[in-house]
Amino acid sequence: MIAHRMTALLSWTYLLILFGFILLPVAVLVLFSFQDGTLPIPPFNGFTFRWYAEVFADDKLMAALRNSLTVAICSSLIACLLGFFAAYGLSRYRLPGSALQRILLMAPMTVSYLIIALGLLVVFNWIGIRLSLWTVGVGHVIINLPLCFAIIYASMGDHQKNTERAARDLGANGFQVMFLITAPMLLPSILAAFFLSLTFSWDEFIISFLLSRFDVTLPVEIWSLLRSGLNPKTNAIGSLVFLLSVALLIMLEMFVFRRRSKP
Amino acid sequence: MTADVSLQKLCKTFDKFRALKEISLEIDAGEFIVLLGPSGCGKSTLLSIIGGFLDATSGKVLVDGKDMTSVPPASRPTTTMFQDYALFPHMTLRDNVGFGLRMRGMGRKDRALKADQFLDMVGMMSSAARKPHELSGGQRQRVALARALAVGPDILLLDEPLGALDMKLRREMQDELKAIQREVGTTFIHVTHDQEEAMAIADRIVVMNGGVIEDCGPPSDIYMRPRSLFSANFMGEVNFIPASVTGEEGQLIVVDTEFGAFSLSTSCFTAGTPSPGQALTLCLRPEQLRPTADKRTSNLLCRAEVVDGVFFGTHFRCHLQPLNASSDTFVAHMSQSSTVSPGDSVDILFDTADIIALPSQKQEQTHAH
Repeated sequence: MIAHRMTALLSWTYLLILFGFILLPVAVLVLFSFQDGTLPIPPFNGFTFRWYAEVFADDKLMAALRNSLTVAICSSLIACLLGFFAAYGLSRYRLPGSALQRILLMAPMTVSYLIIALGLLVVFNWIGIRLSLWTVGVGHVIINLPLCFAIIYASMGDHQKNTERAARDLGANGFQVMFLITAPMLLPSILAAFFLSLTFSWDEFIISFLLSRFDVTLPVEIWSLLRSGLNPKTNAIGSLVFLLSVALLIMLEMFVFRRRSKP
Repeated sequence: MTADVSLQKLCKTFDKFRALKEISLEIDAGEFIVLLGPSGCGKSTLLSIIGGFLDATSGKVLVDGKDMTSVPPASRPTTTMFQDYALFPHMTLRDNVGFGLRMRGMGRKDRALKADQFLDMVGMMSSAARKPHELSGGQRQRVALARALAVGPDILLLDEPLGALDMKLRREMQDELKAIQREVGTTFIHVTHDQEEAMAIADRIVVMNGGVIEDCGPPSDIYMRPRSLFSANFMGEVNFIPASVTGEEGQLIVVDTEFGAFSLSTSCFTAGTPSPGQALTLCLRPEQLRPTADKRTSNLLCRAEVVDGVFFGTHFRCHLQPLNASSDTFVAHMSQSSTVSPGDSVDILFDTADIIALPSQKQEQTHAH
């Protein structure tokens, strides 16, 4: 009995320490974004929304936030669409070297973002494309496509195959089958892929840093803020970034995982 | 809304496995055909070829006289009802049934109207706005039927549609399928491995085994006058008695068995007149063996000991071991009121006209399955 209690106590302690380890830095970040003072370090002097007000008044930060959202949404949409096409093609048709094609599609996952960014930088320079949010978007599509492909491909099974057959039998052509039957049936995994891409793109720094020039995304803007020293304002914008990521996670949970648990 | 089908020497080979071997069959417009056979006999392959989901290695499918070989499933006058129903999970029943009409360019209002009509026909009208996951197996099956019929196909292909239903529901749905088929007049080609289901619904049963058609005819013919040992065995319990042809006696053919010689009329030989000396297998159904003499069962087969008897409601099913013979036990259905008990000796009587005599050489092949 006592041993049992000890085990329970130990595992709870372990859990608390684990979550503390993961979440404490974030908690500190959020706490000191409300710091009534100019330094985001202990002691905590008192609450103020001043830094948040400054963030919202900062045009550069707001522009970066809009840029980040635009890039994240557009690149995730494209990555999902391309990932869906690839998954559909590879699971429904006998293609030459399909195993190799699968490996090639997943390959960017194994390469560091820095290498991908450098490679793209070289290529863009070489063909004379100027750096902009578009090039950042291309980079994000490249890193998110393998993820989207893997998630969607894993959820394509034989059950849907029969349903697609039924649709074709009733007169649907290839595109109608794909968009009226397959995509809606796979909606949970497509949404999961989309929201995950969105969070990855939203947080991504290296590619955004190397492939952008005048218009930058939020992580890049935060980085240049940091260069001028610690400031509760960076905590405030960091908290906002965190808040949005959490919101995305909750949406993922609500739209995707809750749907899946239904019969 | 209905058409005849002609299958001409269809062959299908998967790598080295010959799934279909020169299948030829004529199906009339409006007929309810059942393709019956064990799993792996090629019946589903045949259905897929008619539906256009598989290409035949050689041979032709004609529908209403037109060659369907290079016509894709969507353009064929066929629709298929799949074993797992394959309903569209994200659409309401009305949208499911209306899907085929939508693909044919019918407007939203018209197709909703027509979908409702077909849902009404299968008794699912009240659930039109529901989604498939809210339904039971039997209900999904009805919706799948409505969806397949809504586009007005000439031929409906049914791929073991009742396979997933429990026994009682299955019997109910059989009657309903039959009634709906009569109502719409569409040619139904139905695949199953359940011989009772086949007898309950078919105008004509096609018995398949190992990629060939073993037998083909109305249910009563297939059961009473099978043309192959496989068919006789597959359609229900049967007693086999080895025999050989010894001679002729006017119009009758004399066969010799362990239990003595019998003279059989030529109509007993459903697979053709045998040659002298040929090895035969005589088939007798359990209900054709009787312990007491009546107007019909006048010939004595042998005397036998009752091994066991089980009451089945409509009859007593008994195992009988022939005395003074090496033969296996016979299965006989005795009347409900019979008072046999294990250890009793009874005479086994039968009518020579009930016998079906078939060539023996196919028997090994039959047992292999």
